[in-house]
Amino acid sequence: MDFFERIRDGWDKHRKPAHEDDFDYAWTMAIDLDICTGCGACVTACQAENNLPIVGEEEFARGREIKWIRIERYWEGEFPDAKLSFIPMMCQHCDAAPCETVCPVSATYHNQDGLNTQIYNRCIGTRACAVYCPYEVRYFNYTSHHWEEPLDQQLNPDVTVREKGVMEKCTFCIQRIRQAKDRAKDDGRRRIRDGEVQPACVQSCPAQAMTFGDRKDTQSRVAKMINNPRAYRVLDELNTSPSVIYLKKVDADAP
Amino acid sequence: MPPEEQSLVYADVNRDVVRSLLVTGPRYYVALYTALGVTVLCFFFPWFYQLFYGIGAAGMNHPNVWGTYLSSFIFWIGLSHSGTLLSCVLHLTNSPWRKAMYRSAEAMTLFSLMVAGVMVFVHVGRPWFLHWALPYPNQMEMWPNFRSPLLFDVMAIATYLTGSIMFIYMGSIPDFAAVRDRTTGWRRHFYVLMSMGWRGTDREWHRLGLAYTFLAVLIIPLAVSVHSIVSWDFAMSIVPALHQTIFAPYFVVGAIYSGTAGIVTVMFLLRKYMDFGQYITTVHFDNLGKLLLALSLMWTYINLIEIFTAWYSGSSAELEALTYKLFGYYGALYWEMILFCALAPLLLISTRFRTSFVPMLILSIAINIGMYTERFLIVATSLSRQYLPDAWGFYVPSAVEVSILLGSLAMFTTLFLLFVKLIPSISIYEVKETLATPSNKTGSDAWQPSH
Repeated sequence: MDFFERIRDGWDKHRKPAHEDDFDYAWTMAIDLDICTGCGACVTACQAENNLPIVGEEEFARGREIKWIRIERYWEGEFPDAKLSFIPMMCQHCDAAPCETVCPVSATYHNQDGLNTQIYNRCIGTRACAVYCPYEVRYFNYTSHHWEEPLDQQLNPDVTVREKGVMEKCTFCIQRIRQAKDRAKDDGRRRIRDGEVQPACVQSCPAQAMTFGDRKDTQSRVAKMINNPRAYRVLDELNTSPSVIYLKKVDADAP
Repeated sequence: MPPEEQSLVYADVNRDVVRSLLVTGPRYYVALYTALGVTVLCFFFPWFYQLFYGIGAAGMNHPNVWGTYLSSFIFWIGLSHSGTLLSCVLHLTNSPWRKAMYRSAEAMTLFSLMVAGVMVFVHVGRPWFLHWALPYPNQMEMWPNFRSPLLFDVMAIATYLTGSIMFIYMGSIPDFAAVRDRTTGWRRHFYVLMSMGWRGTDREWHRLGLAYTFLAVLIIPLAVSVHSIVSWDFAMSIVPALHQTIFAPYFVVGAIYSGTAGIVTVMFLLRKYMDFGQYITTVHFDNLGKLLLALSLMWTYINLIEIFTAWYSGSSAELEALTYKLFGYYGALYWEMILFCALAPLLLISTRFRTSFVPMLILSIAINIGMYTERFLIVATSLSRQYLPDAWGFYVPSAVEVSILLGSLAMFTTLFLLFVKLIPSISIYEVKETLATPSNKTGSDAWQPSH
């Protein structure tokens, strides 16, 4: 029996992402659907921050728009008794991400902070990660995109412009996390303070429905929101262990 | 043994096979140049355009990130699955009817594997970096991801390709020697090189037999594993309708099924256009027909099981994917596949059908159309209906994709047409093993130095 337990413990140790034991952060986002108005400011902010291409009308009609965060809309019933519910959907930064195992060249992997990262210049474009992702949040560059003058002047210099044949997705604005880490180091701090770093979507949310932070810090706002009775994770039954927590909308009309 | 084959003597075999290499009519050149032209026009030009423009030249979109390139890849891998595998099985079971057809069946394996390999380059977004999927020492100090089923795939196909090349080459050495002794010019140089100094001594025959049987035993499990691994590209995901344990046997059976149908097509064409009527006979069509019937029944059974497990799971995502597959946007294609691959092959129960050449040709082509549809549906229907309904969609192949599919068919044809003129497409020495020992009354041409 001891033998099997030893194997199981050893296995568990290697199955856990590194950030759970060896690193300080486990970045998490919480979205309160009771507050979210579905305005789409996060979508626009993401577009501006992360150099997302505007694919144009023709490509949009073909279903090739690139939106790292999108507002999913679900209609119930027929007009005029229709009811709309919506949910912002972005990369869930799963701790057991199906996309990471399938990439033959390890272009997508789990980094030390619990982020699911995408290495654009390693990607060979098999698109298997997009198939394996149950949240459908990986976007492929079907062509190279260009920004006309003077729009190219507003590209974010901290973020790569991706070329054709490369997969991309939400990074939790990893460039901002890196900057915050640098600042913390310069100030002689070991950790980033709660609220010090915000992805573009969180920053721009007018209703402040989104919260970003480190769930390893038990005093952080997201760590507390995880214990909210309304908290749930999308498609939790698939055991992908996502890092995005949704707080359920309280619906007075619900049966 | 049918009556026409009994009249053959050893010399006839040599003469006929060497003739098939040397005597080339205008029809062959028309076919070759047409195939070559179609390959360049319909495969390479659109592909170059796609390399510059991006995968956007194809019709793929957001939920449907995989399309006909991947279904073509599975199709060609599938088509490769009968030739060498069947040849190995029949070699180990000492079936004499194998001997006239195995060389061209193995060539089919080889060339469809090559076309499948090319399809991978067409499929990925940045094929110029595809070598990163191979484990080789590099300055980046990066291994590929050994957990990825796509990487298993690269390994399995590379192994299968190597094994198949060795198997077909090893089995051809005595034939290269036989042809070497009957040709002149560049051909003679070519066959001298290919026969590696074969003289036909007892020791050489002994070693050939050992190595051949060894490879045959090696390749059977290899072939089964290759298509299992191809199926894991899909089955190891958590996509509804793809995440199924039945997928490995499903793909293996489907592969052997479409491969055997492919062999029937090739046998018909060889028999008709290479004048091999005396070698490829109703016996072959009869036996291949029986095999096709058995495979079609297995394939149908697995399809029923697939539907049953999806229904029995009770999972809303699985049920939606199933309903979409049967009655959704691609529903007509599904029923076409059932008609071609499950219902039409039931005709094979009749011996008269199995032994008539033209109906067998039509059926074999229909089966392969159905099997291509199957691969297309696996990719297209399940990606269209995944968990989040917001990301549902559909996908229609673009002109570039259709053209490349046509071009890949032409590429296979080109390779095969080159093969029939360079390599004896019927095994000279093994066919002789099935003939009666010649008497000395068969004319002055009867005695030839054997290989």
